[in-house]
Amino acid sequence: MHTFGYRANALLTFAVTALAFICAIASFSDKFSNQNPSAEIQILNINRFKKQSHGNDEVSLTLDISADLQSLFTWNTKQVFVFVAAEYETPKNSLNQVSLWDAIIPAKEHAKFRIQVSNKYRFIDQGQNLRGKEFNLTLHWHVMPKTGKMFADKIVMPGYSLPDAYR
Amino acid sequence: MCFLAPSQRSRSSSTDMDWQGQKLAEQLMQILLLIAAVVAFAVGYATASFRTMMLIYAGGVVLTTLITIPNWPCFNRHPLKWLDPSEAEKHPKPQVVVVSSKKKSSKK
Repeated sequence: MHTFGYRANALLTFAVTALAFICAIASFSDKFSNQNPSAEIQILNINRFKKQSHGNDEVSLTLDISADLQSLFTWNTKQVFVFVAAEYETPKNSLNQVSLWDAIIPAKEHAKFRIQVSNKYRFIDQGQNLRGKEFNLTLHWHVMPKTGKMFADKIVMPGYSLPDAYR
Repeated sequence: MCFLAPSQRSRSSSTDMDWQGQKLAEQLMQILLLIAAVVAFAVGYATASFRTMMLIYAGGVVLTTLITIPNWPCFNRHPLKWLDPSEAEKHPKPQVVVVSSKKKSSKK
């Protein structure tokens, strides 16, 4: 430990190691937070339901999405990514998941919301299976931390169905 | 504290930091950084502010740098007394007598 450079190097290495340690503890402290998110989705209107020119079914919906995700935010949360997906079964695929809407919630104040929106991404089937189809709407969220592991979870809401005929 | 009186000797490696001072500087560095980390985490967790934790830790690192990196005089309290070159000539190094050994000795 004689020269400046040697001491500076030792200090820098130790400082970065200690920083990694406190970031790991900060990430671990997230486990002690109580999380109880809730959400509800209603379909207000089916705007269009038709068969495309190349043969696949397409639906356009208006959704009323209300959610309270405030309990997901801790001191170590940077943002929460939330999206709504429609899930259903067809003879060709045992599970289809189509993402209809998503958003980024940057802070706790914006985590309790209610919006009415038409689907941001197109709901197109692989085939013509959507007439009279029953499906679940699932609200997924990904909590992105400032440091540490990202984790994801969801709420499944069953019981939605599409009309039997094209409009 | 120990760095109020500046060192007035010439800049040479024998006046930078002695061995006792280096050990003290290294221990001080480790302890100060650990304290900075613990205090930063405690305050950050209590105020639920990640930013506070990072700022306190950065301040602690800068403080530690200022205390342990420069050659403060307090790290030079026990300087080594190197022998003068003229003195060294009067007392030549004793010659090492090589007893028979299995290792090959290198010729100078």
